[in-house]
Amino acid sequence: MYNKKVLDHFQKPKNMGKLKNPDVVAEVGNMQCGDIMRLYIKVKDDKIKDISFETMGCVAAISTSSMITELAKGKTLAQASKITFQDVVGELGELPPVKMHCADLAVKALRKAIKKYQGNKD
Amino acid sequence: MAQKQIYLDHAATTPVAPAVFRKMQPYFNQKYGNPSSIHGLGQTAAQAIEKARQQIAVFLNCLSEEIHFTAGATESDNWIIWGLVEKLRFQESINPHIITSAIEHKAILEPCQVLLKKGLIRLTILPVNSNGLVSLEDLKKAIKKDTRLVSIMYANSEIGTIQPISQIGQLIKKLNPKRKHPIIFHSDAVQAANYLDCSVDKLGLDSLSLSGHKVYGPKGVGLLYVKKGVKLSPLIRGGGQEKGVRSGTENVPGIIGLAEAVSRINQNNKELKKLRDKLITGVLRDINQVELNGSFKDRLPNNANFSFKGAEGESIVLSLSAKGVFTSTGSACASHSLSPSHVMLALGLSHEQAHASVRFTLGQQTTSQDIDYLLKILPGIIARLRKISGR
Ligand SMILES: Cc1ncc(COP(=O)(O)O)c(C=O)c1O
Ligand code: FES
Repeated sequence: MYNKKVLDHFQKPKNMGKLKNPDVVAEVGNMQCGDIMRLYIKVKDDKIKDISFETMGCVAAISTSSMITELAKGKTLAQASKITFQDVVGELGELPPVKMHCADLAVKALRKAIKKYQGNKD
Repeated sequence: MAQKQIYLDHAATTPVAPAVFRKMQPYFNQKYGNPSSIHGLGQTAAQAIEKARQQIAVFLNCLSEEIHFTAGATESDNWIIWGLVEKLRFQESINPHIITSAIEHKAILEPCQVLLKKGLIRLTILPVNSNGLVSLEDLKKAIKKDTRLVSIMYANSEIGTIQPISQIGQLIKKLNPKRKHPIIFHSDAVQAANYLDCSVDKLGLDSLSLSGHKVYGPKGVGLLYVKKGVKLSPLIRGGGQEKGVRSGTENVPGIIGLAEAVSRINQNNKELKKLRDKLITGVLRDINQVELNGSFKDRLPNNANFSFKGAEGESIVLSLSAKGVFTSTGSACASHSLSPSHVMLALGLSHEQAHASVRFTLGQQTTSQDIDYLLKILPGIIARLRKISGR
């Protein structure tokens, strides 16, 4: 069902848990299956200095959460908001077709967090 | 050392018992005749099928001619519904009223929904209470003048709850003589067969479905018991096997295996129940914020189903699987449709609770050590997933 890389990220997720003193927290939910994803980010010099996630969801949701934190870490906000769900899936190798929305959720969470940060700043 | 494998998904399927497998083998390549052939080899197969029918008739306490072999319980369930509706339309030009329950297998619910959409039936779907049981009162109230079929499963596949089949049977038996047209009472007994009395006359059933692979027999074979006198249109048409009601060359090894499996059912529930209760007690003791789904009392002896708050079902199942324990979930994430199990929702569970549900179904080979191992690894798995979810 899932490839080794997806399962690895599920078993040993990166950047998991709450972040102390985050600049923003963004939460997105998937109405379809009921899953919830929360991203914490810290920004410095327009770059994502630190990022972590909490996800209540399936294996794909957890590993895409883990993957997107890896992809976003160290990127500028502009670069990070360009990350697509194809990028996330591409890095993981593959996901079952019904699980594409889980990767999409990770992307939505990241974009929401960035928007929220930029909104807060103005 | 190879990893331990602990199979706790017997409601999904069971292994073919070695004795069943041995009985089936000759029918693949030695006694391989087509039962419709009039020569010796064909007749050997035909006789074997008739013997199988008699074996099963003993289990169901019915006539052997009332048993019709199918390609599984999905076909049996489809057949009783479509077959009856088509017969009634043909003979009486009516669109009957059907009553069923919200926690039936999809093999019952889907055909009913399709017939409803086509405008060919009227349908009442009885709710269940929070214990997962239908109420006799609700059923009584739902019966109409043109009700022709009541279909209530004997035991549920997800939560193992046992419906009051013999009480429903009695009710219908009492009502029928006063009615212009009798109500046919069908029960999907697929999950019940291993553990509960399936004497059709005692239960008051006109029709019943069984499946081979849930009773330590092969997959792809099942049966529909239809009481003598009940007329159904065929679902599968062709060469007229099974006295014209179910065409298709008989699955001879499958039928032999089904009969052997059914005749080996011993309904020795005590040991299994002890293990299952050890599992339930252990889980409720060692893990907080967990609920048992469905009645504890009116429940198959091999079924436990929990919701673990803050952990998602697919993640739990695959974490267990990585440690060699095989289970299943009613979570939306693990379904083709991404909607939570209809059974969980019918119980009144929230989407979140359904999301967090896991089913453990024990079987003949389950040992006390298996349960110990599960109880050892499960708390850590739940704790880890709760940490990931932050809940
Ligand atoms: C209650 C119930 N009915 C019907 C079926 C379908 O049986 P089969 O797999 O033989 O088509 C199953 C098995 O999934 C079941 O649990
Ligand atoms: S979180 Fe539900 S399918 Fe991925």
